[in-house]
Order: sequence, then C-alpha cells, then structure tokens
Amino acid sequence: MKLKIPGVPQATVLRRYTPGQPLVDGPVLSLPPGGAIAEGLSKILERAGVSGSGESQGGASQRWAAIIFDATGIRDVAGLSTLHGSIAPAFRYLRPSGRLIIFGTPPEDSAEPERAAAQRALDGFVRSAGKEARLGTTANLVYVADGAESGLESTLRFFLSGRSAYVDGQVVRLRAAKPTPTADWAHPLKGRVAVVTGAARGIGAAIAEILARDGAQVVVMDMPAQGAALAEVANRVGGTAFQVDITSKEAPGHIGAYLSDRHGGADIFVHNAGITRDRSLVNMPADQWASVLAVNLDAQLRINDALLHENVLHPGSRVICISSTSGIAGNRGQTNYAASKAGIIGMVQAMAPEMARREMTINAVAPGFIETAMTKAMPFATREIGRRINSLNQGGLPVDVAETVAWLGQPGTGGVNGEVIRVCGQSILGA
Amino acid sequence: MPNLRRAAILGGNRIPFARANGPYARASNQDMLTATLDGLVARFGLRDVRLGEVAAGAVLKHSRDFNLTRESVLGSRLSPWTSAYDVQQACGTGLETTIHVANKIALGQIDDGIAGGVDTASDAPIAVNENLRRVLLQINRTKTLPQRLALLRKLRPTQIVPETPRNAEPRTGMSMGEHAAITAREWEISREQQDQFAVSSHRHLAAAWNRGFFDDLVTPYLGLQRDQNLRPDASVESLARLRPVFGKDGAATMTAGNSTPLSDGAAAVLLSTDEWAKERRLPILAHLVDAETAAVDYVHGGEGLLMAPAYAVPRLLERNKLALQDFDFYEIHEAFASTVLATLKAWEDPKYSKERLGLSKPLGPIDRDRLNVNGSSLAAGHPFAATGGRIVATLAKLLAEKGSGRGLISICAAGGQGVVAILEAA
Repeated sequence: MKLKIPGVPQATVLRRYTPGQPLVDGPVLSLPPGGAIAEGLSKILERAGVSGSGESQGGASQRWAAIIFDATGIRDVAGLSTLHGSIAPAFRYLRPSGRLIIFGTPPEDSAEPERAAAQRALDGFVRSAGKEARLGTTANLVYVADGAESGLESTLRFFLSGRSAYVDGQVVRLRAAKPTPTADWAHPLKGRVAVVTGAARGIGAAIAEILARDGAQVVVMDMPAQGAALAEVANRVGGTAFQVDITSKEAPGHIGAYLSDRHGGADIFVHNAGITRDRSLVNMPADQWASVLAVNLDAQLRINDALLHENVLHPGSRVICISSTSGIAGNRGQTNYAASKAGIIGMVQAMAPEMARREMTINAVAPGFIETAMTKAMPFATREIGRRINSLNQGGLPVDVAETVAWLGQPGTGGVNGEVIRVCGQSILGA
Repeated sequence: MPNLRRAAILGGNRIPFARANGPYARASNQDMLTATLDGLVARFGLRDVRLGEVAAGAVLKHSRDFNLTRESVLGSRLSPWTSAYDVQQACGTGLETTIHVANKIALGQIDDGIAGGVDTASDAPIAVNENLRRVLLQINRTKTLPQRLALLRKLRPTQIVPETPRNAEPRTGMSMGEHAAITAREWEISREQQDQFAVSSHRHLAAAWNRGFFDDLVTPYLGLQRDQNLRPDASVESLARLRPVFGKDGAATMTAGNSTPLSDGAAAVLLSTDEWAKERRLPILAHLVDAETAAVDYVHGGEGLLMAPAYAVPRLLERNKLALQDFDFYEIHEAFASTVLATLKAWEDPKYSKERLGLSKPLGPIDRDRLNVNGSSLAAGHPFAATGGRIVATLAKLLAEKGSGRGLISICAAGGQGVVAILEAA
C-alpha cells in the first residue's frame, strides 16, 4: 500500500510497456541537427513509425515524448554549451514518463584530455537532469564507441519505450559488435532458448514471463523445494521446469547436459537465483555468510564455467547476472549479500572480453528497491524510505528488472558487454 | 496387424506421498491428479499439447468422480482436446494404466500418452447406509405425497448412520493385513525379517532423496517436499517396539512399521514412441517390454490374497525366455514387508513351484542388492492407484542411470490380483 504523506512528492504512474503499445506516445525531438549519428537515429525512428522534429522548440501545444541529443561530436568545453542551449528550452515540455537520451563517445577512448573531459561531462549532466526531471521522466546516457553505430537500434528502442520505465540516470557503453538484424520488434527473442534461475517467484518469475512474451522458449529453474511454484510459472509461460539446487557439486554439469539434451543448448542465461541472510557483521554466523556467497556468487561462477566449457551456449548468447545496488553502495546488515552482489560485477567485467571473442555478451543488472514479497516484509519506515529515495519517487516492479534483462538478451544488443545497468529509478544509493 | 513399436517411458511426475489425514487431508483425488499432470506438463513442456490419451484411476473414489481422469485433464494445462478414461484395478491401477497406454502405442493407435493414478485415504467417500439408500430410491419411484410420507415414516435412526469405506475384502470380510498375516505365517516370515526389510526400504528411499534422485520425478505439493512417511533413522530396534496390528495369535508379526500406511498421493508417467520423443528432444529412459496379470482364488483356493504376482511372473518370464536372475533391478511393491518376502520365498520353494506354479524347477533366489534399491511403499507410503506410476518412473530412471539392463516390476492388488511388467533400458 502506498500512503499519501503531506509534503512528500507523489509518484507518477510510470508508462510501462504492453504488447502493441507504440514505442513512444508522442513526437520525439532530435537534437542537434546534423549530428554524427543523427542520421542513423532518425532512420531508426522512421522505421519505428515515430514522428520527429529537429526544429520546433515545443510549447503548451507541442509536448515531446522524448528528447534525443547526439553529443558524439562534442570535443571541447565550448561544445558543451549546446547541451544547455538546446535541451533547456525543450526540457520542460516533456510529457509524463518522458525520455532524455544523450549519445556520446566513451571518454576513455579519447586520447585528447579536453575531448575526454567534454564527453565525461555528459555523465554529470545526465545524472543531474534525471534528478530534475519530473512526472516519471528519465534521463540516460549511451556512449557509442567507434564502429558501434550500426548496433544502436535495440538500445535506442529500449530507452525510448516503456520497457525502461524504472531505468534512470544510467550510463551504457555500446561497443562494435557483429550486427544482428531483428525481424520482429514485438518478438525480438523469437527462436531463442532462455534460462532463468530462481524463477519460481518474484523477479525471476517476472523475467520468465517477459522473455516468453518477447518470443523466447523459456526454461525455468529453481530449488526442488520450490517445484510447485516453479511448475506454475513454467506452465504460465509455456516453458519447461527444471528443479535443481544450483549450489550442489553436480549442478553445473547437470544444467549443461540438460540444456544440451533437451533444448539443443541455450541462447540466454539469466542468473537470478539469490538469497539474503541479513545480519550485522559481528553477529553473522559462518553458515549465513557461506550460504549467501554459495548461492549468489559461487554458483554463477561454476555454472558459467560449465556453460562455456561444455559449449552449451550458442554464438550470440547473452548471459545476464542479477546483481544489486547493495553490491554497489553497500547496505547495513548485508556484508554477505553485498559482497556476493559486488562479486558478480567483478565476474561480469572479467568475463566480458572472453565472451566478446565468442560473439557473446555478459552483463549485470542491479535492481534497487523493487516491490516484492521481500520488501513487503520490511518495516514500514524502512520500506517507505527505500521507495522514496530515488528520482522517480517510487519503488520499481519486478517487470522493470525483467524488461532490462530482456533488452540485454536481445540478439541486437551485442554491443553492450561487461556493463552494469541499475534498475533503481536513479536511487541515491550506489549512484 | 501393424508392426509393433515398443513404448518408450520418457519420465514421470508425482507429488510427495502423504500420510492419510496429513497435509493433503483436504485435497481431493481430482486436485492431486490435476497437480500431478501439471507438474508433468511443466517438466516436459507439454502445455496445450494434445496427447493420444491419459489413462488413470483411483481405488477410493467418489461417485461424482465417475470421469475423474478426464476432469483432471480439463483442469490441467494439457490441451482440453486430450481424451482420458478411468481404470481401476486396485493397487495395480497405476501399472495397468501404463500397460494400456503402452499397448496402444505399440499397436500404433496413439503416439503418446500419460498413465497414472491417484488415491486419497483422507478425502474418502462416505456413502449413505444401504437401508437408507433403498428407502430413498423407493421414495423417488413413488408418485404421490402420501405414499412418500408413509415411506419416510418407516425410517429408523440406525438408517442414518453412514457407510464408510473399509479396507476389507468383500468376500472374506477380512482386511488385507489380516490376509497378509495368514500368508506371513504360512511362509514363516519372522518379525525380524520383516522389520529388517522395512528398515532397508526407509534407508534406500532416504538415500535416493538425498542424492537428488527425485529432483526430476517429484513436484512438491501443498508444502510437502518429501514423502511424509519416510523415516531415515528407522532402525530394527525402533521397529521392534511396535505392537503387532494384524494376525490374531501370539505369533502375530505384522506391525504399522512393516506394513504400508494409509496414504494420499498421485503419480503419472509419460509414454510415447521413440520418434515422438526424439522430435521433442525428450529423453527415453526405458521401454516397456511386456506385461502380465494374474489372479488367485484366495476365497476357496487356499492361496494367499496377495500372492498373484508369484503366478504372473513365471508366465511373463516364460513368454520372454528370461530367468528370474536376468534382471538388474527388481521393483516388488511393498504392500507389507511379509508380502515381498513370502513371494521371494515362494519362487525359491521347489514344492510350491511344482504344485502351485506348475514349474519343473523353482525360479530361484534373486540378488537382494537389486531389490527396491531406492526404497518402495513401506517408506514412501502407498496411495493405492498412485504406486504403479511411482514404481514405473523410478525403475525407468534407474535403468537410464545405469545405461543398460532390464528391470522387473511386481505389484499385488486387492481381489487376489497381480500386475507385473518388464522394462528395459533405452
């Protein structure tokens, strides 16, 4: 239940994706005219049937669904003034659940200090704009590396659409990757075999549903003890259930053999299974430390090992690991949990180059405050604060995490690799 | 006659077996069978699939459940265009349905199907007293109100007492346990032998659970995750403390510990042709080779109520040119520990083999290390019609793990019947 508290800003109902929904619910302002990747962007918008403009500054009668700004050409501090000059007049005319998406080039790719500075400046700009934006509007930054321009579409569509409703203040790097065209944007995962661990409930079940909605053939996994709920999820999404304790010694081999035998391998593997055993460090028994590390981190490492070693994953595969903002910012009482979730990020970053060699990707998704059975059990004040301390003034939904996973799982998202995407409404934690 | 195709067993699903009036006390046969079918659908990705048929049944059945299996299919995630029918052969039901589906597959009438069974001793039907039923039917037949009132006036309080189902043979009035006690005494099966056998059932089943053997054979139900009756720490000493419950004299040997408890549960098995399985990338665990049923005259013929498998197995072996020793696994349903032990003893007895079974020499002993290696009904419990499905799926997986060999299933049933079958590794 959400309470109305005097003086506390009310949360806007976010525009979330439903099948058949148009990409955006109004015109898109594309700025500035003639940017380096502007042509590519406008072609994508055209294909998606989005009406756009590079000129009108908007007004009471012309409200933008999104502002797209191509900042890839900005090389110096003076160039940054166009950010202010062109976005400021339009920013107030964004619709509810509007989008500000800025494209830059990765600062670390530039040898020129001033260019790197200017590009890095975008980061601070976007994050601040996200905090100023109201009514469910988000601001995100995509750094497009040299040669990655052709792989923009899935990412632009994601950030424009209701699929990214709770993704705010994020910075994503897009690297050159083998282009993979998507024939049907309503079912971008068609023909893919997707695996979700911890899928019996909550976020895992939502991921299974969204992957199935997007066309994937879904295999759901969970502890044998969760089998009843797991079977329900499997039957809901028309997939198959595999009961397995991922921490058992045999699990990686079993999972690999099962996927190869029964499904001819896999294309998407979502490591979602996770547990919490919260205790302050000094009071934490060794078994609570160990079980959290075993489920949340060690199992992922061993399963990934087996999947790669046994060639279970097809070329073009996507591995997505659920981390947490606790793993980025830390959280009182969660030394074990935060250690495991930070460890996931280390694993993702270390594996990314090898995955790229195999034409695969691995990424982490770090949820912030997501409304689940777990957060329902929180004390009132803790829960209310958790919900409010972000730019969107509300908790996210399991489907928000699932949409982000589905985007990273798309064949067309091969350019995003080794990244950590937070789904946190731009929480002040772990920013 | 088309060429015969051997039916493949692809896997199974059951819910953990519960003790009567336990966690499933309020679940109906239809609830349990539907959940079991749905677990199978989830395991094998069968949502909305139209199967050749679903055959299942229950021993204790409400009259409203006349179409139990079809109703369960309609409530499940299988295609509602899947036909279904009920079978009832007491404790042999689950294996008999497997044979039915396998035979239709073998004959080319269907390519795929599910066999199974369910039983609840908790949600048992209670019928009206026979006298009351007669009066009520008579009232229904009369035409005028005064006639009806006259009939109603004839009702007496004793006629209101309902009739509860009994675990007794209609023709002898004796319970199955009492029958088994006679056989145990005839074959001189000692209390210690029975208790020892029960302990090994519990230990074997516990070990199977612990090594994850049932991870892809069982789906939890109503919060129950393992067979409720399982006592991993059962010992000969702890069982020795139990009082005999069947048999009348001082030599009574059968206790609640070496007899199966009244149980609730359901089990189902997926069968198909090899081609159907391969098209769907489903595993083939084993094939059903052949089956046989037998019945004995336990009323007047001087044979034990549960001894029919002793007759069925030699006939099955003869037809398949096999010796009793040609098996890697034996799954002999543990209605009572003494039943299994008496059956094994009968196959070793030259006189019995010659005079009763008509064999020139006994079938001989079996390697006990191959008997019920993952436990059986004494530990798991025995929801009558569900036991066959449990055993078929368990044996098929054992054979798949071994990668070769064959297994023998033997199930005794009420009414002096027995159902036996041979499975072979795929």
